[in-house]
Amino acid sequence: MHFARSWRQQAANLRLVGSQCTSCKKISFPERIRCTQCGSTELKDHRLSGRGTIFTVTRVFEAPRGFGSQVPYFAALVELEEGPIICAMLTDVDQKDASVGDKVTMVTRRIIAHGDDGPIIYAYKFTPELEG
Amino acid sequence: MKPTRAVGVIGYGGYIPRYRIDAAEVDRVWRGSGRKEGQSFKAVPGPDEDTTTIAIQAARNAMDMASIDPNELRAVWFGTESKPYAVKPTSTIVADAIGALPHANAADWEFACKPGTEAMQAAIGMVGSEMARYAMCGGADTAQAKPGDVLEYTTGAGGAAFILGPGQESVAVLQASTSYVTNTTDFFRREGQEYPNHGQRFTGEPAYFHHIRSSVTQLMEDIGAGPGDFTFAVFHQPNSQFPLRVAAELGFARDRVEPFVLTNMVGNTYSGAAMLGFAKALDIASPGDRILLASYGSGAGSDAFSYEVTDNIIEARKRGVPIERYLRRTKSVDYAMYARYRGKLRPN
Ligand SMILES: [Zn+2]
Repeated sequence: MHFARSWRQQAANLRLVGSQCTSCKKISFPERIRCTQCGSTELKDHRLSGRGTIFTVTRVFEAPRGFGSQVPYFAALVELEEGPIICAMLTDVDQKDASVGDKVTMVTRRIIAHGDDGPIIYAYKFTPELEG
Repeated sequence: MKPTRAVGVIGYGGYIPRYRIDAAEVDRVWRGSGRKEGQSFKAVPGPDEDTTTIAIQAARNAMDMASIDPNELRAVWFGTESKPYAVKPTSTIVADAIGALPHANAADWEFACKPGTEAMQAAIGMVGSEMARYAMCGGADTAQAKPGDVLEYTTGAGGAAFILGPGQESVAVLQASTSYVTNTTDFFRREGQEYPNHGQRFTGEPAYFHHIRSSVTQLMEDIGAGPGDFTFAVFHQPNSQFPLRVAAELGFARDRVEPFVLTNMVGNTYSGAAMLGFAKALDIASPGDRILLASYGSGAGSDAFSYEVTDNIIEARKRGVPIERYLRRTKSVDYAMYARYRGKLRPN
């Protein structure tokens, strides 16, 4: 079990906290200690909006261990409106709403539960925007 | 009961999972009596959903409407009877997800289907005493029933969250609240057991009806109001008949109650039930309307509240997510998919 790692990642997992460079303003996710654009090490925490579009998407039938209860599922690269592209699962989605360019928003879901007696990891997934 | 300082709801939000199973499908598997399709459904949580994820989304929707700094919340309190962890609060995860930690009280409340309204009374006290500017309360459940049990037709999933704050910032200001509680064992689950038990016929008259009648009658007496003074009334809804019957007994017109009985669409969402109904009432209410909210929890008790809607609701609703959107967002599943999603089938 990865208590320490998942604890460290909670701000990113639950609130999509990345970092923003104080000199060139570039926003990164996950959090970085050095700006990939200008090399500055002056970065501060930045909470991303959770809105983005599907950049690429694929359907997963053979899941890694621990994800079997969720197959088949969509795995995507999501381009966030602030710029970063992140890898995430899609949820509550049908094939017709899982195409490149479709708008998605962040939700928090159970990603993995370690057995019946281990910790439950909650983290971001993306879902189609709720119809108005 | 009411605090000396005016207190009210400054933001609210709900959440309902998108999957639905038709009660006729449950009937097909366990009774085969040919129950008519399309009459009643219940919401089923997806394979990656639980009470915590439902509470988080409801809390986020409430925060969007309230549009406050999460660090100003001094409490995040959720009520549920389907905790993902037996030991480890759901509310700490919800509070973390909305950015309210660490200077906040976070705890889970338990009282069958009414812990959310208990938390609401506590939040009212906390804001009313000026210990806090804002406090969040809510109720969420993914209700479980023994396969084949009569409860399986209605055990749904959903939840709602409310942020209490100063009266002048409120979309609905509290007039008063009451509680009526007795030691009655009408429905229960023993520690370590997966599914609850119900006291058969004992669950209706001496439980649901007696407690709600008592709390609501006391509330109306306290504020000198009658059923005709309320634009809408929302009652706990274990099924679609009970709330309509108790409303009729208390003298509320059916059309003031029925729009907020969601049982045929989402099932009994337990701790979420009365609170989702209240959120739906706030979604359509006009400034000046009075809304009655009455919960019921087995064990047993009922909390009743009277709120008056303010002008603030018009602007606040533009930042929120109407419950109607979640009622319309549906994907039907058969019993096999339902069994899978509820963890009754285990893959390798
Ligand atoms: Zn930079």
